[in-house]
Amino acid sequence: MIWKKLLLALTTLSTAVIAAAQEEPSAFNMTRGVTEISRDAYDMHMLLFWICVAIGVGVFGVMTWSLIRHRRSRGAKAAKFSENTVVEVVWTVIPVLILVGVAVPATALLLKTNAESPNPDVVVDVHGSQWKWEYVYPDEGISFFSNLSSASRDASQLGAKESPADAPNYLLDVDNPLVVPAGKDVRLRITSDDVIHAWWVPQLGFKKDAVPGQFNNIDVHIGEPGTYRGQCAELCGSGHAYMPVVVEAVSPEAYTEWVAQQKQAAAQEAEKASAPYSREVAMSQGKKVYESACASCHQSNGQGIEGTFPALEGGEITTGPVEGHLNIVIHGSEKNPVMQAYGDQLSDREIAAVVTYERNAWSNDTGDLVTPEAVEAAR
Amino acid sequence: MNQTADSVVDQIEHEHSHHGPRKGPLRWLLTVNHKDVGTMYLVLALVALLVGGVMALVIRAELFQPGLQLTQPQFFNSLTTMHGLTMIFLAIMPGLTGLANWMVPLQVGADDMYWPRVNNWAFWMLPPAAIMLWIGFFMPQGAPGGGWTLYAPLSSTYAPPSIDWVIMAIHIMGISSILGALNIILTILKMRAKGMRLWDMPLFTWTWLITGFLLLLAMPTLAIAVTMLLTDRHLGTAFFDATNGGDPVLFQHIFWFFGHPEVYIMILPAFGVVSEIVPAFSRKPLFGRTSMIWAVIAITFLSAIVWAHHMFTVGLPVEAQVLFMYTTMLIAIPTGIKIFNWVATMWRGSMTFEAPMLWALAFIFLFTIGGFSGLMLADVPADYQYHDTYFVVAHLHYVVVTGSLFAIIAGVYYWLPKWTGHMYNEKLSQWHFWLSAISVNVTFFPMHFAGLAGMPRRIPDYPLQFMDFNMISTVGAFVFGFSQLLFIWLVIQTIRGGKKAGDRPWDGAKGLEWTLSSPPPYHTFTEPPSRQTIHEEGPHGYH
Ligand code: HEC
Ligand code: HEM
Ligand SMILES: [Cu+2]
Ligand SMILES: [Cu+2]
Repeated sequence: MIWKKLLLALTTLSTAVIAAAQEEPSAFNMTRGVTEISRDAYDMHMLLFWICVAIGVGVFGVMTWSLIRHRRSRGAKAAKFSENTVVEVVWTVIPVLILVGVAVPATALLLKTNAESPNPDVVVDVHGSQWKWEYVYPDEGISFFSNLSSASRDASQLGAKESPADAPNYLLDVDNPLVVPAGKDVRLRITSDDVIHAWWVPQLGFKKDAVPGQFNNIDVHIGEPGTYRGQCAELCGSGHAYMPVVVEAVSPEAYTEWVAQQKQAAAQEAEKASAPYSREVAMSQGKKVYESACASCHQSNGQGIEGTFPALEGGEITTGPVEGHLNIVIHGSEKNPVMQAYGDQLSDREIAAVVTYERNAWSNDTGDLVTPEAVEAAR
Repeated sequence: MNQTADSVVDQIEHEHSHHGPRKGPLRWLLTVNHKDVGTMYLVLALVALLVGGVMALVIRAELFQPGLQLTQPQFFNSLTTMHGLTMIFLAIMPGLTGLANWMVPLQVGADDMYWPRVNNWAFWMLPPAAIMLWIGFFMPQGAPGGGWTLYAPLSSTYAPPSIDWVIMAIHIMGISSILGALNIILTILKMRAKGMRLWDMPLFTWTWLITGFLLLLAMPTLAIAVTMLLTDRHLGTAFFDATNGGDPVLFQHIFWFFGHPEVYIMILPAFGVVSEIVPAFSRKPLFGRTSMIWAVIAITFLSAIVWAHHMFTVGLPVEAQVLFMYTTMLIAIPTGIKIFNWVATMWRGSMTFEAPMLWALAFIFLFTIGGFSGLMLADVPADYQYHDTYFVVAHLHYVVVTGSLFAIIAGVYYWLPKWTGHMYNEKLSQWHFWLSAISVNVTFFPMHFAGLAGMPRRIPDYPLQFMDFNMISTVGAFVFGFSQLLFIWLVIQTIRGGKKAGDRPWDGAKGLEWTLSSPPPYHTFTEPPSRQTIHEEGPHGYH
């Protein structure tokens, strides 16, 4: 299996099968992808590859010839020359010409890839944060988090009983993908809320760093509807392997419908959020917040990860006085910045709900109902 | 100084020159002898190679198949971070410095380094630095996991407390490198035997002269970068903290202004070693000697203006990307010239293939492959895809492992008979070479494919489609790692005994070092070499 694949890789690369099927991610070569940017990058890559092969055949050919013919065991006598101006000029000029030949298309492509369309049809703000992506559609008032799917998360634990092979699209699957219309100009404005991440889908042809304090824009135009998968590409801490990117390109009609649904769901959410605060409301809202903002570290089952993220089930803080619990969630941990301050990111009510949830979920049963007023007081 | 004082000093030094090494365990702590210091650097490099190698094998074992089997992600990140720092600062750099300590004075006919005492200090700073670097593994939140590139804010405000120790370690290693560099530069410029012109110096010494200057540029830059990390952590500055008006990208500019010269610090002396070995075993003078030296000088200047090629995806203005693409492509030209010159040196030579030559040949083949991937990475539109994938990991290991490390091993084989007076076991050395040369490719070649297919670097776990290439890499890595035990055994064997090596065990080798006995006396060139000898051993001395 392994050897077959390797052999296949080598033969394919050496016989230049630039086949049609390469819209799909390739198993061993750069993905040709589904955007103009990605196809151009692929063509550039193959051009460079063949140039390197050609130079390699020349240099290694001469060298091998020399290794075979000019060995003492064959009676070769050493020549005495140590200079030849003509040769030296030639092998300086030829590489210069090759490089100019490469630089011209590369420059054109670089300018093209970075060009921004004057009127993008859809704008999405992409926020990286440890360790999930948040997608905000400023024109539609929609926003949501995109977390690693729970099947992948379960199978990815050290000593997990679940096998990665059973998790669909292991480590490349999320709960809420980014949805964009196919055939339209989509502007992504990429930034980060904490450390640097990088947003990357190979089939779209580029990656861009998500840097706190700045927006990196890129315009994508996906021709065909489909689901395209990628991963965070910049080391961002212990969950770096666990924040995939999934893009669903749908027809413009389906997109309009999706937007309408999302707006409706958001309205329902808002309604729930303004419903009178009660234990049931707090627990269900708290669970939601927990799953989207806390579970990537503390895990859905509240067990955390030994040595890295504390378990919240039966924890000293989560079952101790409410003040301590509120304090670490609002202000973050003094000892470890990985547990950030959520005071700015979550509303009073969300914090009240998630803290209530943590204090009463799993086997925790403090019976406390933390109110938004208590959160406000603790800020 | 007046006449009498001068002659007294002369007399003391003369007597001193007949002394062997100091007796007892303090010899190594107090020694100011360049050969002893060189040996210590090489031993340290070997120890670090083993420590960093074990980390690499744990990394590879974890990556053998999807899912987590051995490490928690945070520990995995600590391993990749520490592996990189250890290999660069404690294995490759001290390895090359060890070769320089041994060989530069011998090649320029000097009796020791310019500042023997400082030389001792520069070495003895390193073991405490190594401990500071590694101590994080034993601290509550573990060793830093932000990568050897230490990007902020992951390695500033988000890092565990052990990052402070790493920063101190980097400072100490930086001071050590600066002192070492000054010492080598001064030895070459001030203590070169009369009658040896700069242009006639052996290539290894030449490359180290230039590397010395590059170190003086690079190490202070790194010191600035990590100091800013430290003040961001503890003194309330916000250089890299965007929430308080800082800019994380600034760190990357400073880091890579150090970092790219750093990669040439690791490769230029390696070029020097290969430029000694290829002529020796081709029995032919180095082709295009002058252009070789100019190529090194050109690379040095270019290496200071290419740094942003590591940052094409951070959102630089497009004009800057174009500019850095051009400068990066330019660097391929002098690099190419070096390769062509080595090939031309072999052309119509009379070659034999003892261990040093085998390693040098592997260097030329495999470093060139690393150069090819470098050329591909330089093209920005394609780099948007390659960046931060295993393709880059493949590139950097082809240039650093099969480049710098292979050259160090080649150099050790080449000079070991001189250092010890014994020939190494040729048969064992052949085993060592072939096992290493094959397994290193089994390890790193598949990484090109994994990277192109989309596998990001620095991940403890990966989607299933990358499994096959990772399995192959892991198998290769274990074979490569264990093959190095052969090398250690072989070196120990050679130190202990073996066939006597003549003064010039390689009949094609030129250079002042080969006019000395094997092993050389503890103090060499207390009488400077004659002009006649210098001429015969120099570039014009070939038959
Ligand atoms: C990026 C990973 C991460 C996320 C996301 C995260 N935490 Fe934490 N959390 C930590 C770490 C690490 C600690 C340990 C901090 C320390 O040692 O002081 C911690 C500690 C805690 C504690 C104290 C536990 C104890 O027993 O010491 C509570 C309570 C807590 N987090 C609640 C939350 C809540 C609520 C959320 C979501 C709003 C959340 N955390 C999201 C990493 C995270
Ligand atoms: C032909 C000459 C070379 C060119 C054009 C070149 C180009 C590049 C480029 C563009 C990158 C960044 C890739 C990316 O992150 O997307 C890179 C990375 C790297 N190169 Fe080279 N390179 C060359 C030679 C070398 C040499 C000689 C060395 C060291 C001996 C070296 C060591 C490295 C290392 C260590 C990295 C990775 C750094 C990191 O991100 O950890 N390269 N190279
Ligand atoms: Cu990441
Ligand atoms: Cu570089």
